[in-house]
Amino acid sequence: MEMIFLLDFSVIKPDFGLFLWTAVAFIIFWVLMAKFAFGPIKDALKSRNGDIKDALDAAAKAKEEMANLKSENEKVLAAAREERALILKEAKETKDSIVKEARETAKAEASKILESAQQEISNQKKAAMTEVKNMTGMMAIQIAEKVLRKDLSNDTEQASLVDSLVSELKLN
Amino acid sequence: MGKFSFLTAIFLLVFGLSYAQTDHSGHDHSGHDHSGHDHSGHDHSGHDHGDHAKDQPATIKKKTNPNVNRTKRKQNNRAGNSHDHSGHDHGSHAGHDHAHGDHGHSGAHVNACGIAGEDPSVFNAGKVAFHHISDQNIYSIGPWHLPLPCIVKTSEGWDFFSSGNFKADYHGTSHYAYKGYVLYEGSLRRIVNPSFPKDKVELHHGDIAIKVEPHPSTGKPVDVVYVCYNNTAYKADNKSTADAGLFGGGITSFYDFSITKNVAGMFIVVFFLFFMMRSVAKAYKTREGKAPSGVQSLIEPIFVFIQDEVCKPFIGHQWEKFTPFLMSLFFFILGLNLFGQIPFFGGVNASGNLAVTAILALITFLVVTFNGNVNYWQHIFWMPGLPAWVKVIITPVEIVGNFILKPATLMLRLFGNITAGHIVIVIFIGLIFIFGKNGTNPGAAYGATIASMLLTLFMMALELLVAFIQAYVFTLLTASYIGAATEEHHAH
Repeated sequence: MEMIFLLDFSVIKPDFGLFLWTAVAFIIFWVLMAKFAFGPIKDALKSRNGDIKDALDAAAKAKEEMANLKSENEKVLAAAREERALILKEAKETKDSIVKEARETAKAEASKILESAQQEISNQKKAAMTEVKNMTGMMAIQIAEKVLRKDLSNDTEQASLVDSLVSELKLN
Repeated sequence: MGKFSFLTAIFLLVFGLSYAQTDHSGHDHSGHDHSGHDHSGHDHSGHDHGDHAKDQPATIKKKTNPNVNRTKRKQNNRAGNSHDHSGHDHGSHAGHDHAHGDHGHSGAHVNACGIAGEDPSVFNAGKVAFHHISDQNIYSIGPWHLPLPCIVKTSEGWDFFSSGNFKADYHGTSHYAYKGYVLYEGSLRRIVNPSFPKDKVELHHGDIAIKVEPHPSTGKPVDVVYVCYNNTAYKADNKSTADAGLFGGGITSFYDFSITKNVAGMFIVVFFLFFMMRSVAKAYKTREGKAPSGVQSLIEPIFVFIQDEVCKPFIGHQWEKFTPFLMSLFFFILGLNLFGQIPFFGGVNASGNLAVTAILALITFLVVTFNGNVNYWQHIFWMPGLPAWVKVIITPVEIVGNFILKPATLMLRLFGNITAGHIVIVIFIGLIFIFGKNGTNPGAAYGATIASMLLTLFMMALELLVAFIQAYVFTLLTASYIGAATEEHHAH
């Protein structure tokens, strides 16, 4: 121990000057640094961290918004598709109904025409029959008249006459 | 990753410097202590001859000197301090008796007052180491001594002067006495005796020397500096210290408030750090929103590390309030630790000085104490949730722990770590002189140089690590003390 004390171990003998000046130096350092360096650096780092956080948050938000937008787009698209399908369906229905209606109308018209045609035909037929009857009557009268005129002279002759008359008749 | 590349860069720098040191080891580091010894021994031996020759007609002291000296030395030996006198008995006797002052090589120089002082042929590694880590009133860079202002308080008032007045030699011992002060090994001593001239007087080599005497109060043998002037030995007061005689210091007739080497170093570090940090702080404004660059990217990882790993976890939501203090503490200690490791730059050992660490611990203690909340005080004086008889035991433990042990351990840990590193380095360098037998065995000296350089390199790298670790640990513990003092509530 004495050896230690003998050696002038001055660092463990604190001197007043060093006490005073260390306190002065450190307090000056502390005050200056707090005001001009560490305070501002701390604030700058804090605000930069805040900025980075904000930027990340904003990016996340943008991503979210993008996702929202996408899903919305899809929704709209789906709706549009649905609408298109609906429209197409409606169009088809309309078409079908139109076609059906047209068909029915056409059918009705056709049956009407047919009916009227049949009517006409039957009318014509009746008229024709009436005319045939009339004509046949007239012809029978004429034949009868001619037969009556020839009969008076000859039998054979009468027969040939009838024949000729009949052949005449065929032409009409 | 930026932190590591910074560390690597510093490692390389120190290795480079250490290599530079290898070349000069004989001259610079140790030269300061030892080859310097040899040199001065040579230079002044001639000088001494002359002095003695001059003195001879005037006094007959010279003849009686060796005898007086020898008896004194023997007394000293008997007193139990053999550490630096054993050399005397073997080597120096012959020197004195047969070839007095032959070349000034062997044996101590004896001044006109009959004080032998130290024997330069004896290498005392411990003394060299302590001399190296101690504070001084001059700032020595290599062979240059930069004067520092001396501010001294005595019972007669204040003295202001420059330490340049002393014209200190290589060891920091003055060639002149000024206003009744001298410089011994770099530190200011006051001569109490009023008959000592107050103006500037020239002294000769060896006129300022130490004598081992029992301490007036403790009786332990201590070094006492004597100044020999006009053949009268004047006792010089010890360095002024605040240890109240506990460690061999004592009450002195003067208080030294000088800007010493450590103070100057501290201010250099403070200014350097201030301008560096200021530029970093400015960079955050001018380069707002951009990635850091240059010094900014050097400081930012360290700053963020301390902020995120120390301030936030230990202090909690009040971290912002204490961050500037903790940062100041960290960078101040780190700056001083690193500055103290720059070779050949004065060897400022501020963070390895008890006064400096004591003030840092004291300021920490004050910050903790003044920020302590009700909880903190309650836990110290009347810990809640314990039976009364336990509280009676706990309270003194808490008081001692919080008011004495915490600051004391902070103070001693930093001081011890930094001082130990410096001492080990000086001792490793000293191995060269121990193995080389102080220049008489060059072969062993060369061998020891290689080994010593390797050990020193290793030690410097380790010290660099310690510089960071100790700054970190001091800050971390401070943060934990602040955290404990400001904690809002406890779950009991």
